[in-house]
Parts: sequence; structure tokens; C-alpha cells
Amino acid sequence: MKLLLASIACSLTLAAQQRPDIIGQIVGTQKATIAIPDLRGAGRASEQMNILNATLWRDIEDAAIFKMAPKSMYALRIPQQPQDFRKPLQYDPNNRNAAPWLQDWSDPPVNADFLAFGYAAEQEGKLVLFGWLFNVRQPDITSAQVIGKLYTATLDEAGARKVAHEFATDILRQFGVESLAGSKVYFVSNRSGTKEIWSMDYDGAGQKQVTSYKSITTMPSISPDGTRLAFTSWTPNGPQILVHSLETMRRIPFYNPRAGTNQNASYTPDGKMMAFSSSASGFSQIYLANADGSNLRRVTQTRAVEVEPKVNPKTGGEVVFVSGRGGSPQVYKMNIEGADVQRLTTGEGQATNPSWNPQGTHIAFAWTRGYDPGNFNIFVMDVATGNYVQLTSGAGRNENPSWAPDGKHIVFASDRGGRMQIWSMLADGSQLRQLTSSGINEKPVWSK
Amino acid sequence: MTITRKTATVALTLTLSFFATGCKKKTGAPTPPSKPAVERPPDPKPVARPIVKFFTAEPTTIEKGQASSLKWEVAGADTVSIDQGIGTVGSNSATIAGNRSVFPSATTTYTLTARNAGGSVTDSVTVNVTNPPPPTVTPTPAPKATFSEVIAREIQDVYFDFDKSDVREDARNTLTQNADKLKTIFRDYPNGSLTIEGHADERGSAEYNLGLGDRRAIAAKEFLVQLGVPGDRLRTLSYGKERPQCTDNNEGCWQKNRRAHFTGQ
Repeated sequence: MKLLLASIACSLTLAAQQRPDIIGQIVGTQKATIAIPDLRGAGRASEQMNILNATLWRDIEDAAIFKMAPKSMYALRIPQQPQDFRKPLQYDPNNRNAAPWLQDWSDPPVNADFLAFGYAAEQEGKLVLFGWLFNVRQPDITSAQVIGKLYTATLDEAGARKVAHEFATDILRQFGVESLAGSKVYFVSNRSGTKEIWSMDYDGAGQKQVTSYKSITTMPSISPDGTRLAFTSWTPNGPQILVHSLETMRRIPFYNPRAGTNQNASYTPDGKMMAFSSSASGFSQIYLANADGSNLRRVTQTRAVEVEPKVNPKTGGEVVFVSGRGGSPQVYKMNIEGADVQRLTTGEGQATNPSWNPQGTHIAFAWTRGYDPGNFNIFVMDVATGNYVQLTSGAGRNENPSWAPDGKHIVFASDRGGRMQIWSMLADGSQLRQLTSSGINEKPVWSK
Repeated sequence: MTITRKTATVALTLTLSFFATGCKKKTGAPTPPSKPAVERPPDPKPVARPIVKFFTAEPTTIEKGQASSLKWEVAGADTVSIDQGIGTVGSNSATIAGNRSVFPSATTTYTLTARNAGGSVTDSVTVNVTNPPPPTVTPTPAPKATFSEVIAREIQDVYFDFDKSDVREDARNTLTQNADKLKTIFRDYPNGSLTIEGHADERGSAEYNLGLGDRRAIAAKEFLVQLGVPGDRLRTLSYGKERPQCTDNNEGCWQKNRRAHFTGQ
């Protein structure tokens, strides 16, 4: 599939956008164009089409691998199924009586490479979506078809979202991209009265309370396989790490070291070990233990506050963390044994909240560089070179970035709208979306 | 989606009158959606010479060991710096505003310098420092009060600098007084134990502040133990920035939140 995408990129003469290299590496610069005319629905399916079309468009747009052909450019004759296409003897774009044809989409003004189309209907009380993806650069219908598939769900809003997510997932898979549909964001909300862990779909739908400790429960972290949730909660022994199974939704054992503060759990890629911060020595320091807290080892040895270890999700051998060893908190890197310590940020301001991308090549983090204390912005750094770019600016306090499974999107917390809320964006700072609005919401983590 | 729901609904209603007869049949062409709104590019930023809008100290007279807050707002400067070891306090922003607590041990004049390509502008304030009065005499706790009531009444909070857990001079005085009182109180209440809470202001990250609050509580505990307070009756608990005393966005409030607080059990 990567070959397919590469050949598309080569065959197109798209003007490469002027972006810093670091962002180009992450979100890509050359993109195929896709047209997605609004699908229509028959009978009772028609009531669900707004939500179906919006969900499909957003899933495809959010994947950021396509240029979205604007709907205002679309052909007047919109196919709903492959049989609607009729190859003309001589193609005439101005012949309004002609049947739809591929060139309606591949020629200007649409200039699309791909067309997603279809329709929805009610069938035996269910919602049925007939979805096709065509490569409109092909000479005939047979070679143009990439996907032709039937999707079924309940005839309601949830069903409309489901079939749209599934169709979008199939489209994206053709290009070697896993859809974000189905991924979850865990976050902290005070809307129940105390800070608890909540979860939601990546687009903000389906917000649910996960914990109920009625204390202060915060700083969620998810195991790489998505089955365990570790977080920090104020217990009678102070802030300690607790772990829940996301399969049974019950607490599972974690043995905290005897310390006033244990926080910031981060799993190794195999899920067998956990790095975290503990003040057992009198200073918050980085420790490594088995996933249940046994076999504890101290990794850093300083008389400074050191928190937020994050294990490289690809290699498992590197850890980024926040340390005040040089004065103000900065982001550092070391190997998992604590050797080869290197400061990644410049020493300016306060740098905090590092988060690896799934590929283990870049970190997103929050930094006050260039601003007063507390005015954090989101930055992305190529860890190998130390090159960094600033993604947010002039819009409140922005913190706790966390990468999407696709390695292209970032969820973060921002008070740009007044109160702290969860937002997502493409890693070039575009596609900004607010995901929460009830209460104060913070500390998001994006999970599979 | 770039079209409004209403537009989509209208388009859908129009087209569905054709469509309702059967989903697999060819239907009339739908109305194309309206064009997306075009964003206006931002206006270019005006070039400005540096202007010091204000540079003040509050209060201008303090007792030795207390804090005075410097506040400033400068427009159009490339860099703004303050002498007396404070250094650069902002750069490359249309408005550079901020504040900083200072703890001069003697009367000190602070000079703010704002620079840009056009030159530099300076402004100065003086903080007068007086010697503190002798410490107040401790009243003996009323015997009927509970341990936690006595602690709440007698044991004073101690305060810290931004991003620091060092016990500063005013905190040493407070902790020394607290230690004297605690020795007496612990004698009077042999079963009481003390929790030292560490708190931080809202500006740092919650994660770092939790570690910093821990350090502040431990620093206060170590100081008390050095002065002979029994360590086995002292427990530390960090709240980081999760339990602020106030939530205003200014140095006065931030200073109140950078503290070690004492509660009795």
C-alpha cells in the first residue's frame, strides 16, 4: 500500500508547500486529492445523512493524507453507484445531459485523484451504507474501483457514525493509514465535582467517566496494548499511582514505593515495566519497576525534582523526562539505565510534558520559551537533531500534548477559550478542534 | 464540513424528492453546496518604539525579609531587562508585561531597560528596606483546644520563591518560631502528629509542581527536625497546585500559594 501511495505522490505535480522540514516529516507534504460528495439516503436513512456525511468527511480530512477537494467545485452529476457512470464516446464536460463520468472528477476544477461515493438506505429496519472508492485517473470503471462494500448498523445517529467510521477506515487502509476512528482519548475532568479520569472518542463523542475516587485523580497513562490505565490519585498515603484494567474496569495491584509522592507512570513498549517518578529519596526521581511495582530500581541520582519519564514507545531503550537539575525544569533524555543523560531543550523558560510520537522519533512538549512563566506553548522536537518548531502561539496556556496513534495528530489542553479544555490538532498546528466544553478538562492522552 | 447544517438540510430535502422512489435508481442532480467562507489574512503588525507604560514596586517600603513585587509593562521592545541580577524578563512581544518578587536585604534601586532597533529607554524604582520588629511573644495554647485547633492557630505557613524549595530568610524566622511552639505543643499533646503540606503556584506544570511541593514540605520538615522537633511526628504531603489558596492571576496570589502549610491530626 505504501507503494501505491508513493506512486500517487510521484505521478502528481503538486506544489510542495513551504513548511519547516520537521513538520513535513510528520504530516507529509505531497498529498493525493479526494472528492467526497455528500451521500444521499433513502427513506428513514435520509434523517441520518447529515451526521453520516460529517463523520465521513472529518475522518478522511483528519487523517491528513489527502487534499480535500472543496465541495463547491464538484460536478453537478453525482454518481451514487458504479452503474451511474457511462463512458461517453467523446467527453464533453459542458454536456449537461451526459451521464456521470470519471473525468467529471479528475479534470479541473475538481482535480481529484479519488472519489468516494455511494448512498444509504433502510433495509429491514437497519441502516445500510453502500460505499465505493474510485481512482478517477483510471480509463474505465473496472480498473477505477478500489473499494465497493456494504456497511450495516442500527438506524440511528450512533449507527450513522459507525458506518461512516467503517467506510473511512477502509478508505484510509488502502493508503496504509490506520483511521483514528476507534481511538480513545483519556483525560481529567472535574465535571462530577472532583477530578476524575474520563474517556471519549477521538472526535469528542461519547464522553464517559472512568474513575470515581472522589479525591484528586489525575495524570492518566495507558499501556501500549490499551488494556491498562495508570494514574495518580490522592490516597490516605498522599498522591500514589493506581492501575485499572480497562477490560474489567477494576483496580489491579500496583505496589507503590514508600514515598510522599509517586506519579507519572509510563509503560515500556512491551507493557511489562513502568517508569515513574517517586520522592522516596527526598527528591522526586525517576524509577523503573515491573508493571506491578515489584523489582524497583532507581534510575536517576540527583538532588533535584525530576518527573514525567516517558519511555520511547518504539525502542523502549530511551527515556525523556523533566528535570530541575540545571535550575528551571527542562526536558532531558537518557537511556533506560540512567546513562547518557542529555538536555534536549535550551535551558530557557520552563519545558515540561514531553510525549513521544508512536514512531519514537519526535517529542511534543510544552515550553514557556519566549514567554512569561506559565505561558506554555506546544512545541515539537526531532530528538535526533534537537531541531524544534513551535505549534501554538498567542492563544492562552497550552500543555500536556499527546500524539495520536497515526503519529500526525496531537491532543492537548488549552485555556484559549477561557477555561482549560481538550483540543486536537494536526501536528503542523492546523485542523484545530475543541473536544470538551463541560467543566474543566486537562491532561489528555491519546490511546489506540 | 464547510456548509451549514441548514444548507445541507435544504439541499437534501430538494434532492430527496427525487430520491425517495428508490435508492438504486438514478436521481436528479443535487444542488451544490455554497462556497466556504474565505478567511481574511491578518493585518500587518505596526512597528512601535519601546514605551515603558509603567514600572512599579509594591510596596515601596518593606521590612527586611519581606517581598516587594516589581511590575512592568513595556510596548514595542525587542528586549526588556532589569538590573540587580534579575536579567532579561521578556523579549520579542508586542507587549512585555510581568512581575517579579524581590527580597532585597537593604534599600535597593531597580532599573528597567527596554531596547529595540530604535534605542533604549530606562525607568527606575527604589525599594526601601526597614528592620523588622522583634518577634511577637507566643501565647500559651488554651488547654481545652484540640491538637488540630492549636496547630491551626499557632503554626504559621512559610513561603517560597518561584520554582524554589530553599527555605528563604523570612521562612527561617517563621520555622524557628514554629519549632519552638511545636516542641511545647507536642509535649502538651503526646498523641498529636503534624502534616506538612507542600503547595505551588499555578504557573508551573502540575507534574513538576507536585515534585516541587514535595520538596517544599520536606525542606520545612528538615528545618524543623534540625531545630529539635521530633521527625517521627512530622509527615509530608504534596498537593502541587491542586489545592490553591487563591486563584487570582497575580504575584500576590501566587506567593500565597507557594507555601508549606501545617495541619494537625
